[in-house]
Amino acid sequence: MSLLKLSHISAFYGASQALFDVHLSLADGQVLALMGRNGMGKSTTVKVICRLLKHRGGTLMFDGQDLGRRPAYQAARLGIGLVPEGRRCFSSLSVRENLIAAARPGDWNLASVAALFPRLDERKDQRAASLSGGEQQMLAIARALMTNPRVLILDEATEGLAPVVRQEIWAAIARLKAETGMAILVIDKSIRELSAVADTAVILDKGRSVWSGDFADLNADITDRYLGV
Amino acid sequence: MKIQPDAAQFPLAFKTVVLAGFKAAKPEVLLNAALMLALLAVPLWAWFADEPFLITLTTRAVIFAIAGVGLNFALGFGGLVSLGHAAFFGLGGYVMGVLAYHAQTYTALLDWPFVIEGSRSMLVIWLVAILLSALLALGIGALSLRTSGVYFIMITLAFAQMLYYFAISWPAYGGEDGLSIYVRNSFPGLNTMAPIQFFAICFVLLILVLLLVKFLARSAFGLALGAARQNEERVQAVGQMPYRLYLIAFMISGSITGLAGALFADLNRFVSPTMFSWQTSGEIMVFVILGGVGRVFGPVAGAALFILLEHSLGGLSDYWHVYLGAILLGVVLFARGGLYGMLTGREAAHD
Repeated sequence: MSLLKLSHISAFYGASQALFDVHLSLADGQVLALMGRNGMGKSTTVKVICRLLKHRGGTLMFDGQDLGRRPAYQAARLGIGLVPEGRRCFSSLSVRENLIAAARPGDWNLASVAALFPRLDERKDQRAASLSGGEQQMLAIARALMTNPRVLILDEATEGLAPVVRQEIWAAIARLKAETGMAILVIDKSIRELSAVADTAVILDKGRSVWSGDFADLNADITDRYLGV
Repeated sequence: MKIQPDAAQFPLAFKTVVLAGFKAAKPEVLLNAALMLALLAVPLWAWFADEPFLITLTTRAVIFAIAGVGLNFALGFGGLVSLGHAAFFGLGGYVMGVLAYHAQTYTALLDWPFVIEGSRSMLVIWLVAILLSALLALGIGALSLRTSGVYFIMITLAFAQMLYYFAISWPAYGGEDGLSIYVRNSFPGLNTMAPIQFFAICFVLLILVLLLVKFLARSAFGLALGAARQNEERVQAVGQMPYRLYLIAFMISGSITGLAGALFADLNRFVSPTMFSWQTSGEIMVFVILGGVGRVFGPVAGAALFILLEHSLGGLSDYWHVYLGAILLGVVLFARGGLYGMLTGREAAHD
């Protein structure tokens, strides 16, 4: 059974329609890659899932409940953890304070997050604004984990990072997949890295989901048509 | 081998430790300590020198500081610019006035459906003032927090003005003339009519309020509140409801200022609608801005400076507010972090 299910989702920014018909299904323990060129609706879909943007048509189900009428904070409490694009840590708070502000009871706490990202632990009293990009990214992931989510959404989590740091982030994602039963939705441009962790994929094109299936079934034909530049 | 402490080296080691301690302490901590010591030293000196007026003046500063600390919790930590905190200050004042008035005239406050008597006990008065202020803040906040920016400022101002005109037109408790209470209310084991003892009560309350705010600012609630001020959407994405955070902060803020109002009325043994006026709201805000928005001890510095200016400039001319205005302009233009920002550096959070 799927934990998160979007069917026929449409959404607008003011008068302009960004999503036309998006379908997506994610089960417990699965990693789903949400793919597509720039401007095709990936981040908008994420905003809809987190209830930061209200969809106009279609249904959004999470754990058997209709999220359609719930405010964003309730979606987060039900178990949707977002690592937003561009990281967006609370810049004036320290690393530790960022984590405490988000904390809710569960397996993830300051100690378990520190074990996943030892570098954050070394900088726990530093202000988020003074961290490097990679460290901020780790903090954004750690902050989402502190809410003890059932599905973790990573929106361009490796964008603009040095190759070494990207590897660290990918390693953390692989560890989350292997060691927890958490469902993960990941948006990323690197097919090679996605292939190591993703079970399924959904490709968006002009606000519609045009392809979905097992990640292994993605072939050059499909990627050229929808992802090539 | 056991290491024997070298007796001759002990003083040196001690000195090093103390010096290191001083170096390690942030300038802010030192300033806090200096400020509180000064607030304590002035009335103690005045007590020995038999200058009761100076004690009362410092008590005023301490009470204003409590009111400012209250507003600062909403303004500095929650980013809620309330121009209506006189509502809570006045409510606290009238709680004291009304309760003491009924105790003084031996009349019941309410006969039906149950009897409520007046009270002369400060503890009772404080409790009622805090609870009613929190309740009022819940009402005002529930409505005004649906708006933001200039609308929030206007709605909070409107509520305070409403209470102001209500107090003026309510003859039962003196209307425009206010209400005099002949004897200061009682506190177990103390003679509250002795200025130094009443000062001690207020000073201890200030410390308690400061500790509370410091604790809250570091708690998960306070951190989430600060985060909401920066980015409401992100806070929602981690499962916090900004409206609720703001409302709780506003209630805490209002009840602290309400407590200050009850103390202020007790200090003067008099309440009048002026406590509800928008000038009072403005003055409380001035304490916060002078001292440093969002700094726990900021309003203490602001209120002390305000009283100092009022006392020293007030002698120059009746229109001393002109000078105060100029100083305030200077602070806003050139030292936006207030006194605390000037002396200890600005906090990045309040750019």
